[in-house]
Amino acid sequence: MRPVIPYVTAALLFGLGVYGVLRRRNAVLVLMAVELMLNAVNLILVTADTTVRAQLPHGGQVFALFVIVLAAAEIGVGLAIVLQLYRLRATVAVDEVPLAERSPASAAATSTGAAAAGGTEGAR
Amino acid sequence: MTGADVLLLGLGAVAVGAGVLVVGTRHLVRAGLYLVVCLGALAGMYLVLTAELVAWVQVLIYVGAVVVLLLFAVMLTRAPIGPSDDLDRPGWPAALIGGGAGLGLAAVLVDAYRWTAVELPAAGTAERLGDQIFRSWVLPFEVLSVLLLAALVGAIVLSRPEIGRPATDRNPARRVADAEGGRSR
Repeated sequence: MRPVIPYVTAALLFGLGVYGVLRRRNAVLVLMAVELMLNAVNLILVTADTTVRAQLPHGGQVFALFVIVLAAAEIGVGLAIVLQLYRLRATVAVDEVPLAERSPASAAATSTGAAAAGGTEGAR
Repeated sequence: MTGADVLLLGLGAVAVGAGVLVVGTRHLVRAGLYLVVCLGALAGMYLVLTAELVAWVQVLIYVGAVVVLLLFAVMLTRAPIGPSDDLDRPGWPAALIGGGAGLGLAAVLVDAYRWTAVELPAAGTAERLGDQIFRSWVLPFEVLSVLLLAALVGAIVLSRPEIGRPATDRNPARRVADAEGGRSR
């Protein structure tokens, strides 16, 4: 078995996950890209488990199981946040979420031109 | 090139190709379905790498639970049939950083491992892995169970309908009226 094959696969998957997190506007798609990154890390852990002789056997596989559990918890809380965001703002686009509380006047102004205001908010 | 190498190459190509489609497709629901293909190919790679239990847990939790949750979220937020044009931001910084991270890591790993071959160990059964978890890793395991409980409680608290309402808005009659208004819409 050549360990470089799964290692390079994992590196490429991680790069794809980073790209997806930065590229996507839809929060659910961002979460999917995060899952890609977590799976890349899992693949690294499992491959290292089979290629490295460690003091404790199967440490990498145990860590992979732990990461899977963490991903399940993360996706549960993340989707609760996304659904709450959708209920409050009727959008799941991550660049339309204001990072600070705004006064009602400016909120009304941005809701009329959401796309343009989102751009300027991001620039500020 | 042994049989395991060929299998790993094929499954890795499927995983990376499906990953490209996950971050590149314009159909929201199809992104979730391509994610199933990608995670399934990864489970196959775990099987080849003798991590049997991890492979089945991957199928059970990722393909079975996480993707279903993601598809539920897609349906509950907005699920247009057909392509949507507003899914992406301008791409070149993301492509620069993502490509740099992926190709840089790949270069480092290729440089570290070259084309060396490693003998695959005997297939790891659930028995040996369970032995390790409940002997050496039992404390992190218990901590993880507390974390899952915390995530459960956190998701319930986050889903309460009162969040985000003004404080004057919190009398029950108004809330019922709001809910009915929402339903009639």
